[in-house]
Amino acid sequence: MKKNKIKASSVKRVLKYIKKYSFLLIISVLLAVITVGLTLYIPIIIGDAIDLIIGKGLVQLDKIGTLLLNVGIISLIIALLQWVMNTINNKITFLITRDVRNEAFDKIENLPLKYIDSHQYGDVVSRIITDVDQLADGLLMGFTQLFTGITTIVGTLIFMLTLSPIITLVVVALTPLSLLVASFISKRTYSLFKLQSEARANQTAIIGENIGNLKVVKAFSHEDESLEEFDLSNEKLKKASIKAIFFSSLVNPTTRFVNALVYAGVALVGAFVVMGNFGTAITVGALSCFLSYANQYAKPFNEISGVVTELQSSLASAARVFELIDEEPQMPDDENALVLENALGSIDLYDVKFSYSPDKELIKNLTLRVEKGQRIAIVGPTGCGKTTLINLLMRFYDVNSGSISVDGTDIRNITRHSLRKNYGMVLQDTWIKSGTVRENIALGKPEATLDEVISAAKAAHAHSFIKRLPLGYDTVISEELGGLSQGQKQLLCIARIMLSIPPMLILDEATSSIDTRTEIKIQDAFALLMAGRTSFIVAHRLSTIKEADVILVMNKGNIIEQGSHKELLEKKGFYYNLYNSQFEIGEEQNNEKN
Amino acid sequence: MKKLLVHFRGYKKQCVLAPLFKMLEALFELFIPLVVASIIDVGIANKDTSYIVKCCIIMALLGAIGLTCTLFAQYFSASCAVGFATSMKHSLFKHISSLSYTEIDTLGTSTLITRMTSDVNQVQSGVNLTLRLFMRSPVIVFGAMIMAFIVDFKASLVFVVTIPLLCIVVFGIILSTIPLYKKVQEKLDKVLHSTRENLTGVRVIRAFGLEQSEKTRFHKETEELSRAQSFVGKISAVMNPATYAIVNISIAILIWRGAIRVDTGDLTQGQVIALYNYMSQILIELIKLANLIVTMTKAIACANRIQAVLDTESSQQNGTSRCGLSGKPSVEFKDAYLRYNVSPEYTLEGISFTANQGESIGIIGGTGSGKSSLINLIGRFYDTEKGQVMVDGVDVKEYDTEYLRESIGIVPQKAVLFKGTIRDNLKWGNKNASDTDILRAIELAQASDVLEKCENGLDYVIEEGGKNLSGGQRQRLTIARALVKKPKILILDDSSSALDYATDARLRQAISTIDFNPTTFIVSQRTASIMGCDKIIVLDDGKIVGMGKHNELLHSCVVYSEIYNSQFKEEVQ
Repeated sequence: MKKNKIKASSVKRVLKYIKKYSFLLIISVLLAVITVGLTLYIPIIIGDAIDLIIGKGLVQLDKIGTLLLNVGIISLIIALLQWVMNTINNKITFLITRDVRNEAFDKIENLPLKYIDSHQYGDVVSRIITDVDQLADGLLMGFTQLFTGITTIVGTLIFMLTLSPIITLVVVALTPLSLLVASFISKRTYSLFKLQSEARANQTAIIGENIGNLKVVKAFSHEDESLEEFDLSNEKLKKASIKAIFFSSLVNPTTRFVNALVYAGVALVGAFVVMGNFGTAITVGALSCFLSYANQYAKPFNEISGVVTELQSSLASAARVFELIDEEPQMPDDENALVLENALGSIDLYDVKFSYSPDKELIKNLTLRVEKGQRIAIVGPTGCGKTTLINLLMRFYDVNSGSISVDGTDIRNITRHSLRKNYGMVLQDTWIKSGTVRENIALGKPEATLDEVISAAKAAHAHSFIKRLPLGYDTVISEELGGLSQGQKQLLCIARIMLSIPPMLILDEATSSIDTRTEIKIQDAFALLMAGRTSFIVAHRLSTIKEADVILVMNKGNIIEQGSHKELLEKKGFYYNLYNSQFEIGEEQNNEKN
Repeated sequence: MKKLLVHFRGYKKQCVLAPLFKMLEALFELFIPLVVASIIDVGIANKDTSYIVKCCIIMALLGAIGLTCTLFAQYFSASCAVGFATSMKHSLFKHISSLSYTEIDTLGTSTLITRMTSDVNQVQSGVNLTLRLFMRSPVIVFGAMIMAFIVDFKASLVFVVTIPLLCIVVFGIILSTIPLYKKVQEKLDKVLHSTRENLTGVRVIRAFGLEQSEKTRFHKETEELSRAQSFVGKISAVMNPATYAIVNISIAILIWRGAIRVDTGDLTQGQVIALYNYMSQILIELIKLANLIVTMTKAIACANRIQAVLDTESSQQNGTSRCGLSGKPSVEFKDAYLRYNVSPEYTLEGISFTANQGESIGIIGGTGSGKSSLINLIGRFYDTEKGQVMVDGVDVKEYDTEYLRESIGIVPQKAVLFKGTIRDNLKWGNKNASDTDILRAIELAQASDVLEKCENGLDYVIEEGGKNLSGGQRQRLTIARALVKKPKILILDDSSSALDYATDARLRQAISTIDFNPTTFIVSQRTASIMGCDKIIVLDDGKIVGMGKHNELLHSCVVYSEIYNSQFKEEVQ
């Protein structure tokens, strides 16, 4: 019931997209009616021509000539109209899929981070790519085969009735048989297909794990065991596949057989009608016309049943895309939201409460005042809430209660765009946009000149490796292409903020993959950059954050200690232990060995 | 591609029978128009009711025989195609497993996965369809022509023109659209790429406020895609109308010529209808053939890609030695040089050092200095270009690699676990390990708390990719996995990066007390992790710039003291 509702609403939604192109659609439908009508008319003309071929010396060649000339001309017209119709159908389909994709993508850009963080990328991508493709297939088949199919059925019925109601009866009575057979088989094969796709999914997982991590497999000489496991899945899949493929391939031959029966039935009854056994006799030409109708009559039915299954799966796909499009967008910026220009950089967190899921409290009662120009270091064990704090500062997530303000304005009253532009952010997870090195550095300032880009790269100590790339700053890079080490990627990300120089900085493990010597040099550049700018630094290399004005020690979502390096060490608390663990044991071991 | 044909072995019978039965079905179908013709010419003309009934029963029988033949054909082709694919997948998997790291790097694991999955599937359906249609369609097309010739040669001459013309149209369109479809695929890939990129980079995109420009770019890409699709659609939309027109015009000509022949008494009315029916059969079959060709071209392209993987030979020759020499250093590098296949520069240059059994060796250096490359040479994951790497006094190239790697326990940088229980995963190290062995390894790896958190202990099922464990938990379990092996050589490749300092320190302490006394290599960027080692190797740009104990290096090696000072600045002062 609920499922049907979803389906119905999906249909409505699809229709809405189609509406935009209703003019094209009307033309397409008109063309369908005309071409089908003409297509059905051709066997009649041919039948008439055949009737004029009676026997030796009795052939009316001149009349036949005119009729056949008509056949030729009409076929050409049909061909032309059909082509136009197909082209229009293609066009509508591809325009609609373009529209749907664009809308879905626009939605992505406007979704709260919560959605993106909690959904697998692959799932979202497959909605926009595979599901929309499936929708396109369904639409295209729907346009090309549903209309023509229905009009063919109706048209054939009318033509046949005018020729001979009795033979029509035979055709109409027998045709449903082929549909019954087809649906009987496909119902049975459904469960087999399900088994097959389960077996396939299982195998894909094995392949993904063992080939994806082949280096580990080889390091443990685990190749034979992996192969064994794979072969097991292979054997299972083989069995399931043979069954599924065999049973599904029965549909065509059996319907073909039923059609052969219909054909024989028409020939039988038709022959008797021709001989006048059932009242009004028809001609042999009409019989031949009927035979060709009988051949074609089952086809649209089979096609329509194909279209229906295709449409069903495409509606399921459409529903998945619409689900994405219908996702609650992030709260739009307030109309009167402030556009933050060059923030001074004082930040207030007041009684902030936040959690990703309602059942798991994370941050509570967090109050913190950051003066402009202060350097704040955030330390703590994994999962202590460091990254969460950044999510809140950047307003990737909104606080559940309490408030965060920049320069005295609640960030919810500032446009997201301008708030974020005021932060320079370098994350541990580097992200490279596919494009040239130059474009990547100029991400925040596309209008930057090459000289500006180069000096930013120099400041980030990225210039020397960029120079050595095949095309220097014009080298195309992307996440997938590889070629850059993690450390080099991080240098590029640092170069980005060296170029845009925003008033506030967030460095989340910004140098974690960079070797220590380069890091020292970058720290100098950072120091220069941070002078006078409010900055937040997350690192687990304690040495890199000792110089902070305030160190926030976080644990389990709360700030448990706060103060300068010295103060915190004197306190001999959590930070003290954390700090010492890196040195103490090293020393101990050293002494032991010596 | 030809080499793939061996996988038909074991399915030869099916491979022949499937098309054969299909051909039989086609032949029976070809008789139908003749039967119809005799109904008209004999049955109706003579008003012979029983003859007509007989003819109709014959038609139904022909259909039934055809159906039976197809059932056999479908079964044979399904089992042949699936069997073929199964066998191919097996050798492909086996072959891929035999490749060395060098080939894995060149080909890329994601490519290999695609070959194993979607490419194989494409080939399977290609084989299936080919077996079913490749014989049937030509038999119908040419059979119909021959039957028409038998009915009346002169009237049927039009077939000689029509069939080649149809072939030209059908294949011409297919051939011209194949490259266009490729272009469409490329454009779709771009759209896919952008979508993915915008998800993975969502934070950066929003941080830099690029939403609008990304939208514009995406819209441009979908516009291009839609244009390309419409363009190729326009061309392929020619196929059906064109073939339809050709066939109908041919029918008109056929009937015209037939009419003349009837007029002269050489042909009957029923025979003209038979000729007409043959022409219609050809049209239907040609369209099927066209679809077959499309599937086949795709399948052949996939098959070639698979073949290319199979043709990639491992660049390493396996040795035979299964024992080392006693009294020799555990690991020894003699002026070893390493260069990755495409790189113009050496990744490692002139590496020489010895490590005795039970010693701990620390390896430190900047990103890209060659730390991981160095330890990869010990297990012969890559081959040196010059120089030698010896384990127990024997060149690693002379060992049977399986034997060599059995004596080495590696903890890779990336903590990878596999679907299955914790026990299954840890048994990777040693198939015969008892639960006691496993628990001991877990304890050594400081992972006991991980086990406590998992409700079923060792039976806790790790999901694909270890999703249900945190990075730190995974890392410690991979350490345990290496320890279960009780290896003679233990290699920790920067494997404590996800651990906090305290745990890292405890781990190192535990390892130094291990009873089976392995030679331990610790790769790290943290001085703290390696300063207690018996020997520290300092790498810079692929060369050893310092070697010795912590205190010596602090004075003698500039690079080392720089790294150290950067991490322990205050304390030194």
